[in-house]
Amino acid sequence: MTAKSLELFSGGPKKATFAAPKFYNFDRVEYSSTEAEMTKPHFKKLLGILIAGSVQFGALGFAFADTTILNVSYDPTRELYKQFDEAFSAYWKKESGETVTVQQSHGGSGKQARAVIDGLEADVVTLALESDINAIVENSKKINPDWRTKFEHNSAPYTSTIIFLVRKGNPKGIKDWNDLVKDGVQVITPNPKTSGGARWNYLAAWAYANAQNGGDETKTKEFISNLYSHVPVLDTGARGSTVTFAQKDLGDVLLAWENEAYLALDEFGADKFDIVYPPTSILAEPPVAVVDANVDAKGTRKVAEAYLKFLYSKEGQTLIAKHHYRPAKPELVPAEDLAKLPEIKLVTIDDPQFGGWKKAQPYHFADGGIFDQVYKPAQ
Amino acid sequence: MADPEIKSYEPGHDNPSAAVTESRSARTVLMTIAFVFLGVFLLLPLVIVFKEAFAKGVGAYFTSLNDHDTLSAIRLTLLVAVIAVPLNVVFGIAAAWAIAKFEFKGKAFLTTLIDLPFSVSPVISGLVYVLLFGAQAMLGPWLKSHGIEILFAVPGIVLATVFVTFPFVARELIPLMQEQGTGDEEAALSLGANGWQVFWYVTLPNIKWGLLYGVLLCNARAMGEFGAVSVVSGHIRGMTNTMPLHVEILYNEYNAVGAFAVASLLAGLALVTLILKTVLEMRYGAELAATRGH
Repeated sequence: MTAKSLELFSGGPKKATFAAPKFYNFDRVEYSSTEAEMTKPHFKKLLGILIAGSVQFGALGFAFADTTILNVSYDPTRELYKQFDEAFSAYWKKESGETVTVQQSHGGSGKQARAVIDGLEADVVTLALESDINAIVENSKKINPDWRTKFEHNSAPYTSTIIFLVRKGNPKGIKDWNDLVKDGVQVITPNPKTSGGARWNYLAAWAYANAQNGGDETKTKEFISNLYSHVPVLDTGARGSTVTFAQKDLGDVLLAWENEAYLALDEFGADKFDIVYPPTSILAEPPVAVVDANVDAKGTRKVAEAYLKFLYSKEGQTLIAKHHYRPAKPELVPAEDLAKLPEIKLVTIDDPQFGGWKKAQPYHFADGGIFDQVYKPAQ
Repeated sequence: MADPEIKSYEPGHDNPSAAVTESRSARTVLMTIAFVFLGVFLLLPLVIVFKEAFAKGVGAYFTSLNDHDTLSAIRLTLLVAVIAVPLNVVFGIAAAWAIAKFEFKGKAFLTTLIDLPFSVSPVISGLVYVLLFGAQAMLGPWLKSHGIEILFAVPGIVLATVFVTFPFVARELIPLMQEQGTGDEEAALSLGANGWQVFWYVTLPNIKWGLLYGVLLCNARAMGEFGAVSVVSGHIRGMTNTMPLHVEILYNEYNAVGAFAVASLLAGLALVTLILKTVLEMRYGAELAATRGH
């Protein structure tokens, strides 16, 4: 083989547009590879720049603190835990000298429980309802069944309730639950299948209808069915619903966590919305738990327990009240932070009509449960 | 991919195209529709992204980008792209080489398989990995006992991204390589080149612009993928949030400037991709036309 024969071959008409006619000169390339490099500068240079550039960015790497714990939480607690995590890190540094970083993951409560079951390495879970933590207990055994006894107040450091957020001046005159099913009223609430808040919304409506109908379940079901026919869109989490109502301007009333309603006022201005307290609602007890299997594997049990305990401290409870949750130990909190949260009649999940989460969860929300029976997407 | 366009431009003289026979008014209407459509559906959203990002001024824009979680989302996205794109290049070239230059049993099946990620919803692509690597799944317990983290960690995000971007490079190269045939390679072989030399000095130069084009598209998708990554991410702030996921989180936190600032970076990436793509198309189009001239 000679260089000449190759040159001939590559010099054919169809290669005429090629920038480098010497590509095919194997003999020369073998002895002087630098020249070959130079014949195709664009491509290699471009590729080189692309790769070098991205590697540099990638190599900046992650900065890890001494200890890292992961709090897998539900949707509306982002702002609370942002501040609380900082407070805890400072507290723990003082207490033990250890630097701890708390990482957060937020989403619909049910979805988050699912992720922990599937292997998300949470050290603690702070979810919207007991049954989501029970789901982790039952499906993965990562949390010991007696988790409710590990912290005060059944492991619920605060309570909350479900209230209404309406457009300024309450143009549709929404005052109580039966106003939600009036003609022309659109209700925004998330999907009870994936959202903890949505389940509280549902149960609050149920408690109202049950009282109205003297315990007649058929009529109560009718009310719930009617209510959900006023819902134009079911978001997967409480935050998604708030955004739908407040930012996308959809619907006349948002069934919201009390704290979420106040947050919307803070974020969008009190001149846009009004908060309406219905005469009755539900007592929501969002619980917390250490994920035993994960902390034991990672050796973070001590920090994780201290983290949840700190929620019950004066500092923790005050932060909780500041973010419009109802602290479990109001005596620790300055009175002005409590003033905003009026007393209303609250039904608990342990009320005989529900019989606790263990009974209410499968009855209402499992596949084929009441919600599935009554829910038909709004027309 | 570029075939039909090039054909219709080039032989314009001896092939009076159908468009010429349309009346002027019909053409005007069609063009107006096209421009209005593109303006409303493409240009306007793009303008809004930048408008929202700079709504509170340039200072707020850069402050919001200089946030720990945002920076880590940017880093993670780049890291994912740095891993996924080269993997795709290797796979794409190998697959295109095999399909375009050789005859073998199951070739049609392989071609279909490469297209699979295009036809599967990204959510499914993500869930597949949950079902495969999740703690309750087939491989989960084994991985756990060996201390290997895949799901809700960087490897899971990379895997999901690789899956979703699988076809980009291969799809770009297969028609190109088929078009070029095996003549050049055979000639090189007959002249004594070994396999590596044939690839490096004959095949690669022939496909380089097509390859770069595929890499660009692949990179854009790798950085922009939302669905599949959302399922396997775990959404840990500052750890497993990629840029698209972070946009959603910031938006849900009422941080419009932050959300749109990150979105503007993604939009910027899209624009750069588009410009490079156009430049490449000019180069690569001319080359393609030349190779078709025989």
